[in-house]
Amino acid sequence: MDKILTHEAVINDLSSGMTIGIGGWGARRKPMSLIRAICQSDLKDLTLISYGGPDVGLLCAHKKVKKLIFGFVSLDMIPLEAHFRQSRQNSEIEVMELDEGMVQWGLRAAAMDLPFLPTRVGLGTDVLTHNPELKFVTSPYSDEENLVAMPALNLDVALLHVNKSDEKGNTQIIGPDPFFDELFARAARKTFISSEEVVSTQELGGKEGAIFNRFERSLVTGVVHSAFGAHPTSCAPNYGFDMKHLKEYSDAAKSFEEYSSKYMNKTHEEYIDSVGGSEAIKNIPLPQF
Amino acid sequence: MSDSISLAEICISAASKAWKDDGEILATGIGLIPRIAAGLAKLTQNPDLMMTDGETYLISKPAPMGKRDASNDQVEGYMSYSRVFDNLWGGKRHAMVTPTQIDCFGQTNISAIGEYNSPKVQLLGVRGFPGNFINHKNSIFIPNHSVKTFVNGEVDMVSGMGYKNKQLSNGKFEIKVVVTNLGVFDFNGTDNSMQLLSLHPGASVDDVKLNTGFELSISSETVTPMPSEEELILIREVLDPQGIRNSIFGE
Repeated sequence: MDKILTHEAVINDLSSGMTIGIGGWGARRKPMSLIRAICQSDLKDLTLISYGGPDVGLLCAHKKVKKLIFGFVSLDMIPLEAHFRQSRQNSEIEVMELDEGMVQWGLRAAAMDLPFLPTRVGLGTDVLTHNPELKFVTSPYSDEENLVAMPALNLDVALLHVNKSDEKGNTQIIGPDPFFDELFARAARKTFISSEEVVSTQELGGKEGAIFNRFERSLVTGVVHSAFGAHPTSCAPNYGFDMKHLKEYSDAAKSFEEYSSKYMNKTHEEYIDSVGGSEAIKNIPLPQF
Repeated sequence: MSDSISLAEICISAASKAWKDDGEILATGIGLIPRIAAGLAKLTQNPDLMMTDGETYLISKPAPMGKRDASNDQVEGYMSYSRVFDNLWGGKRHAMVTPTQIDCFGQTNISAIGEYNSPKVQLLGVRGFPGNFINHKNSIFIPNHSVKTFVNGEVDMVSGMGYKNKQLSNGKFEIKVVVTNLGVFDFNGTDNSMQLLSLHPGASVDDVKLNTGFELSISSETVTPMPSEEELILIREVLDPQGIRNSIFGE
């Protein structure tokens, strides 16, 4: 079984109007080379679900987003995401704004093939005011508590970036926090992976390596080899986030043309060269909080 | 030492008392002053508190502010985001946060300012506020006490619930303390109104009233206690040796 694909092959498997879940968290371990490939494609009217960072911002800047389902969008050290803010302030995108735990619950419901999961989260807040489609459920037990029925967030596709994969889609996330990537994979009809390294199954490290295998290969449709594919976000333990680049990207919200001509519409290899090359990225230290 | 005590240090000392009676829970201070305050609480008021390195690991001693050699951290456990969610849904956490707006009900906003569908200012998004406030105790630090922060009427987008919906939280909602650049407050006034507990040196009741967009109870006009010698040494030499705290009020 060989699931190795090119960036182009993944894009060809996507279509406009799809609901796409994106792994990672803020400015950490985002599948940015796949996101850039979407920006360069004809795809449009996408619904995104993300613990958002520059993935959301870049797609907003390229007018690819119809609707965003989110709890936050942030570049971590730069707390507010300028491109996303611009899209919101100009009323360019629809939003379903949720508590980050409700996002988790919606993905989990989808992962478990359930219509919803109950929660108190959202009660007493304007999350309910602005999402009238959220309904309630009464506990069938003696407490009869009224709870939010968080609907399943079913995904057409999940896009995730990982540290290692073999050609069968046995993946490893080696950074200390796997975030919610597993739930994205389980909530999706198809999951495409971009991977820092593509190695043989033997090179995955046996039992010790298997601890880092956060979900099973049957969930993986395709794997793209994308060294430094998370740049400018971090990919622990390989490299940190590129603050200088994130700053330049953030400032480009005022005028995107210069940023675009420097960094967009390139192959992944050309992009890596344009941001200083693989050696430079390798030397970006991991962030300290 | 006492003649040079800064406002930041007074706020850190006052804020650290928030976790005093919490027992063995996760203390999360988000932002400069709350984080140093949580660390101070662990080193003085409540050594049983659990605390992260700001990322994925629980560590035995609070991480100092600024660059540090993280290889010296004594890691004692694991706290991925997924586990933080599990922890907070179970209520064993007390966070201190800095919302952009807060109202007379203790409702908070970090989502957006202005009309929701076309916000004047898009902020972070509600993030974990709906879940945090309904599931566990929270405290608040506000560095710029003003009518823009303590708003008249309700906050623009209720991200964290308030006292008017307390009954929805299964008894878990509480704002323990609010520390600002002017004083220390809680919501234990009449009908859970915000009340002044103490004023920082130099601040007056009029300053507080003028800079709060709603009625508040004045139960006390005492002066906020100064940090002890021990607290000052811990703040200055252990928790924030580089003096990053001075940036918060431009001291």
